[in-house]
Amino acid sequence: MTAVAHLIARLEAARAGWLRLPRQTLARHLVLAVGFGLAFYVLSVYISPYRDSQLATAAYYFTALVGLTVLTGLNGQLSIGHGALMAIGAYATVLLIGRAHFALVPTLVAVTVITATAGGVLGAGAARLRGPYLAGATLALAVGLPALADGYPGTFGGDNGLTVAPPTPPASLGLSFPLTRWEAWIAGVGALVAFVVVANLLRGRAGRVFRAVRDHEVSAQLVGIPVARTQVLAFTLSAACAGLAGGLYVVVNQLAAPGAFQLSLSLSLLTGVVLGGLGTLGGAVWGALALVFLPAWATNLSHAISLPTNVSSNLPLALYGIALAGGMLLAPRGIQGALGRAGQWLGVRLRKSTSNEEGSDEQDHK
Amino acid sequence: MSRTTSRSRMRSRIGILGCLTAAVALVAGCGSSSSNGTTPGVTATSVTIGSHQPLTGLAAPGYSEIAPAAEAYFKYVNAQGGVNGRKITYIFKDDGYNPTNTVNVVRQLVLQSNVFAIFNGLGTPTHTKVVDFLNSSKVPDLFVASGCPCWDAGTTHPYTFGWQPSYTIEGKILGQYLKQHFAGKKVGVLYQNDDFGNGGLAGIKDELPASQIVTAQPYEPTNTNIAPQITAIQHAGAQVEVNFTVPAFTAIGQLTAFKLGYRPQLVVSNVGIDPTTVGGMLASFSKGKAGTALIEGAISDAYLPSPSDSSNSWIALFKKVHDSYDAGAPMDGNVEYGMASAYTFVQALQAAGKKLTRQSLVNAVNAMGAHWSGPGLVPFRYSTSDHGGYAGAQIATIKGGKVTLLGTPETTDPGTGPIVPYTTAQPTAPASGIPTP
Amino acid sequence: MSRFIDLTLNGVTSGMIYASVALALVLIWRATRIVNFAQGAMLMITTFIASSVIAASGSYILGFAAALAAGLVLGAALERLLVRPVEGGPPINAVIVTLGLLIFLQAVAGMIWGNTPRSFPAALSIQGFRIGGRHVLFSPFDLFTVGSVLVMSLALGLLFTRTGMGLRMRAAAFEPEVARLLGVRVGRMLTWGWALAAVAGSLAGLLVAPVVFVGPNTFDAELVFGFTAAVLGGLDSAIGAVVGGLILGVALSYVSGYESPALVTLAALVILVVVLMVRPSGLFTHAKARRV
Repeated sequence: MTAVAHLIARLEAARAGWLRLPRQTLARHLVLAVGFGLAFYVLSVYISPYRDSQLATAAYYFTALVGLTVLTGLNGQLSIGHGALMAIGAYATVLLIGRAHFALVPTLVAVTVITATAGGVLGAGAARLRGPYLAGATLALAVGLPALADGYPGTFGGDNGLTVAPPTPPASLGLSFPLTRWEAWIAGVGALVAFVVVANLLRGRAGRVFRAVRDHEVSAQLVGIPVARTQVLAFTLSAACAGLAGGLYVVVNQLAAPGAFQLSLSLSLLTGVVLGGLGTLGGAVWGALALVFLPAWATNLSHAISLPTNVSSNLPLALYGIALAGGMLLAPRGIQGALGRAGQWLGVRLRKSTSNEEGSDEQDHK
Repeated sequence: MSRTTSRSRMRSRIGILGCLTAAVALVAGCGSSSSNGTTPGVTATSVTIGSHQPLTGLAAPGYSEIAPAAEAYFKYVNAQGGVNGRKITYIFKDDGYNPTNTVNVVRQLVLQSNVFAIFNGLGTPTHTKVVDFLNSSKVPDLFVASGCPCWDAGTTHPYTFGWQPSYTIEGKILGQYLKQHFAGKKVGVLYQNDDFGNGGLAGIKDELPASQIVTAQPYEPTNTNIAPQITAIQHAGAQVEVNFTVPAFTAIGQLTAFKLGYRPQLVVSNVGIDPTTVGGMLASFSKGKAGTALIEGAISDAYLPSPSDSSNSWIALFKKVHDSYDAGAPMDGNVEYGMASAYTFVQALQAAGKKLTRQSLVNAVNAMGAHWSGPGLVPFRYSTSDHGGYAGAQIATIKGGKVTLLGTPETTDPGTGPIVPYTTAQPTAPASGIPTP
Repeated sequence: MSRFIDLTLNGVTSGMIYASVALALVLIWRATRIVNFAQGAMLMITTFIASSVIAASGSYILGFAAALAAGLVLGAALERLLVRPVEGGPPINAVIVTLGLLIFLQAVAGMIWGNTPRSFPAALSIQGFRIGGRHVLFSPFDLFTVGSVLVMSLALGLLFTRTGMGLRMRAAAFEPEVARLLGVRVGRMLTWGWALAAVAGSLAGLLVAPVVFVGPNTFDAELVFGFTAAVLGGLDSAIGAVVGGLILGVALSYVSGYESPALVTLAALVILVVVLMVRPSGLFTHAKARRV
């Protein structure tokens, strides 16, 4: 065990020397965010307009998954209703931009607040529920809330939903500037804001309290943590992310309709956060990429072979299903967990080949 | 304790940086080249078109047969040399009837696959979300597979064209028939709670006096229990039940009515009557008779010949194409729909001429579309300002489990215009099976 | 008044179908502490198998038996192959596995049997009983539905409370380590739990298929309402599943008939929230709330 600690300390030191991230949490996350933003920018100008739209999609998925990371990953509350929270954000965005003629940035701020408020109310109820009962209630939310659109077609456009004009790139970018890239930039900035705020919160007291409540409710209560209030707070923060994600969804897709916010969306989000690696923001990145690229990959793969119609049209779904179940069986801690293990294994290997000062029991630890 | 936190923190940081580089590689690796000045999707020997279709999910039943049938007809045309020397490649992608997916696959088709045009995109809640994108990108958006009157907007959406008659036109023609043949009878309406049902209901209300419609009951396609709606229609004393339903709900409604021993005169708009599909769902409850026993005698409307009418030259043609290229599917109304719309698309390609551009295709439909003859019982309404599809329909009934046409076809508009008979007889199909320009 | 009776009867029948799905979910929950999202897809597969057997043999009884047998085998096989590796891990991983299974099974059904729903026969007549000169919205087949779900719930209730096997299954689910020490073959108990649940699900499929037909997606709503019913009643209780199903079925029938069918799913949400706010572990759960 001491060997492990030793190793980790050395790796940490090596990393610190290499990266020199500031020690202060906020500053560190800001530096990371700038790095992320630069990479995002370079990527977005290099790729084709369609890839930009995929990147934009990944960005709003990431924002929603950050919310689920907080709620399900760190606070242990299972939500199958985040699609409904995204729907609140999306409908609010379309109504604010389309009917009340708000500008984009105030709209996104407003819908984040609106959805956070809704999340606070839901969270107050959710704090009383555990495990499958919370799952059931949030599932009913995911199925029930979009029905409001059909029930009140005057406001919400009924089954057809609502549309809104796409955001216009500033003239300074030139006439041939792809719209999808502009969408990707907006979604990317939104995602980075969510990342910095949440990463910052989680490194601090809030993160420790969230985890304490998840790991052992009774102990948390004993040391004086207000369990219910913590759970409501986690739900509110999580809903704020989902609401922002809904707003970014509108930026990218310019629509809000019941057909877009079915149960399948909530289930996809849950899948993304678990498949990516539950409880880490890196996992949220992987999850968002998986949600964008896994179905596309499955479709391309099945188009590559010529098959009877019934088979070829269902093959992408079959492959997707296999990927979900198989992924969980092979990598129970998601992509992030699998990479972490691979990285550790590699690190141990590298260390062993370069230095031979220590014993050989290191690869035994997890 | 502190050790584990520092470890997990480190791992997460490795992860984040790893993600970043991997994401760059993943996304950038698959970038595609953009167009090079010529018309996208068109070469001297090929033209590539795309579509979004519900191949899986709730809307897939029946509708998933349409695109493969259209593709079968294109293959038939390709086997005879294509159009103006160009073979047609048809890429249809599954959107599962989810608007988010529709936006995504249409962007992929236009921006990445560089399709020349979008053809026969299916559904109102789905296709309305890409109309603005297609028009601002100047991509021809031909023959949308939905009867929403909203495609008929030549001034605001010059690149979009409908194909089938609008639901309102169907509703008007059915309504007039009821006014003439069921005067004074109480009418109850069962309609899908979307633009399809609401459009049909608007058409009926346009023709029938308000007092004659005793109740109008909506249903949600996600909830298969429509017994409360059927009992409401029964208790309102309706002697005629008008359905603006998809086939599954026509069938469920008939089972419920059978359960109640309730037998009003059934009227079903074209979408929900296909006897092969509806009969297939009712087969177990017909006591040895054909599956269509419960819908026998129902009144409907049609704008294409009956798919079971083998004496019709168009059906003979479609059957031939079906047997060679799409034999796995049943020869039903959906297959006929796919092939007939593909036939119209080939007419448009021919009319656009050898020098094919996006604009020439749109101009061709505007200028010539109203004069095309084909499998339709009625003409198209195409002009520069009018982008609706078929101008009307003909009343039909289910007789011996088959759609049987009654009287003459009629044409009208989706507004308050009059309904007039259309007396030009349907031409026979060309011997080659390919439209003669 | 007669409309009220029709709506009530309609609610009872659909409530019993929700109850049968809920029973399957309760069984799996009691046996393995997993919420099985693939339940709807599993019963879809077994109903398709019944449909094919009936088409080939012409015998309803044979198809009925085939569905139940297929359920037994499918449930056991899935538990062994897919669920076993994630049992004991984080419960959410099991949820994702069942979601993957749901998507996979629906796709496979679409490949084999196509997307268009097909007709499925009923065991008895579906024409409503004639009472007071009119056919009410309740048929001999509906009576069969109500009867078989009641019998099934009774049998499952007895299995868990009155038999050694039921006791061993509960022990295996609650305290696998202790149960193992006491000589219970935990793995086998878990397999049995899934197999029996799949049989209960198969029965649900046979009961609902005549009304909604058999297609890859026709049972989606049954899973959602079945799960809602199970949570409403309390996931540990067979009686709870039946009562939950009944409440939901009847209430939703009234909402659809008197208010608007657009509000049905919203009403389900409201009912569930109201009940859970008063009783956070469902109507019929006595045990203390447990962390999952």
